[in-house]
Amino acid sequence: MPGKTMVRIPTVRLRKEYKTMKHKLKLYLQLFLTFMKIGVVTFGGGYAMIPIIENEIAEKKGWITGDDLMEVVAISETTPGPIAICAAAFIGFRMGGVFGAFCATVGVVLPSFVIIYLISLFLRAFEQLQVIKYAFFGIRAGVLALLIKAVVSMFKKCPKNIVAYCIMAASFAAVAFFSANVIIVIISAAVIGLASALIAGKAGKKL
Amino acid sequence: MSAYLLLFLEFFKMGALTFGGGYAMIPFITETVTRHGWMTTAELIDFIAVSESTPGAFAVNISTYIGSEVGGLPGALLATFGLVLPPFLIIILIAKVYERIKKNFLVQGAMLGLKATVVGLIAATVLSVGKEIFFSQGINAAAFQSANLYISLGIFTAALFLLLYKKMNPILIIAGSAVVGIVLGYTGVIKV
Repeated sequence: MPGKTMVRIPTVRLRKEYKTMKHKLKLYLQLFLTFMKIGVVTFGGGYAMIPIIENEIAEKKGWITGDDLMEVVAISETTPGPIAICAAAFIGFRMGGVFGAFCATVGVVLPSFVIIYLISLFLRAFEQLQVIKYAFFGIRAGVLALLIKAVVSMFKKCPKNIVAYCIMAASFAAVAFFSANVIIVIISAAVIGLASALIAGKAGKKL
Repeated sequence: MSAYLLLFLEFFKMGALTFGGGYAMIPFITETVTRHGWMTTAELIDFIAVSESTPGAFAVNISTYIGSEVGGLPGALLATFGLVLPPFLIIILIAKVYERIKKNFLVQGAMLGLKATVVGLIAATVLSVGKEIFFSQGINAAAFQSANLYISLGIFTAALFLLLYKKMNPILIIAGSAVVGIVLGYTGVIKV
């Protein structure tokens, strides 16, 4: 959108303020602690994190603006990997360069790493308890509903056109009925999307 | 190949090739963990529930868990490091040029393909997970005579309704399903 003004001033101004070593260290520590807090309070990961980033980073800290936040979401969707990692690395990089990105990423990963590592030590023994077996019987059926909700929300986010529908159907069939390799399916889908954009571009149409 | 190197490489691939985050990673994770025998589909389903009920990104949670199961603390560190490294490097490399590339029609074309394939891939996962949940002993006459199948279908339908139409929090869905499972287990309605 050419008409849209990029509101980048606050981040640029802030980064210049962190000139001295003392200020830099303070920024790194703040990045680490803020993202660690986000890592602790975000259940379900991914998009559940966006409103919390908005609250912590945009409203409380004023590090980024609402427009920047939309950009964080967009860049996280365009690049591979978990949304949480992409968002932390992006905001950390904007604020404090490579080391800032490192501090923010370690911060967001650390809480779940510690919690899950501790859980991994006893989960298998825990699953042998009769009460947990009963609980997981119910939970498994609930998890299937969570997965279907994921299909629905991913479908909503996907552009609706013939190319997209064909890729959806072909990816489903390839994995469900022909046990195709997931990596090959993902790469093929990207290549087909790219090719369709090229063809549509040559034909002068907007995909 | 050493188990540690394998962990690192498999999760590096996951970090580099899954777009959309969260559940978009599940098809890839399912394929990887079952191929290496790190987890069964049933264990993976249980872990999805554990991950939903604990903080943090699903991908980070499962890399830590599988890393720990396969190779203890060093395994957990390597798997998580492998997962995080590709997105970290890519963000640092493209953060500066992102303005210029995001409107590029080729990038948008590739994104269309990726967004569409994720829908198909998760749908395929739903199918295999559904088969595991409803017909864990195979699709046969015994399965249809067991109360377990109908109870599972009931919990699933109720959970889906509450999620899609009442926008209920996933943690409440998991807690509610657990309570139903425990009550029906101790009253002898289901056999587990």
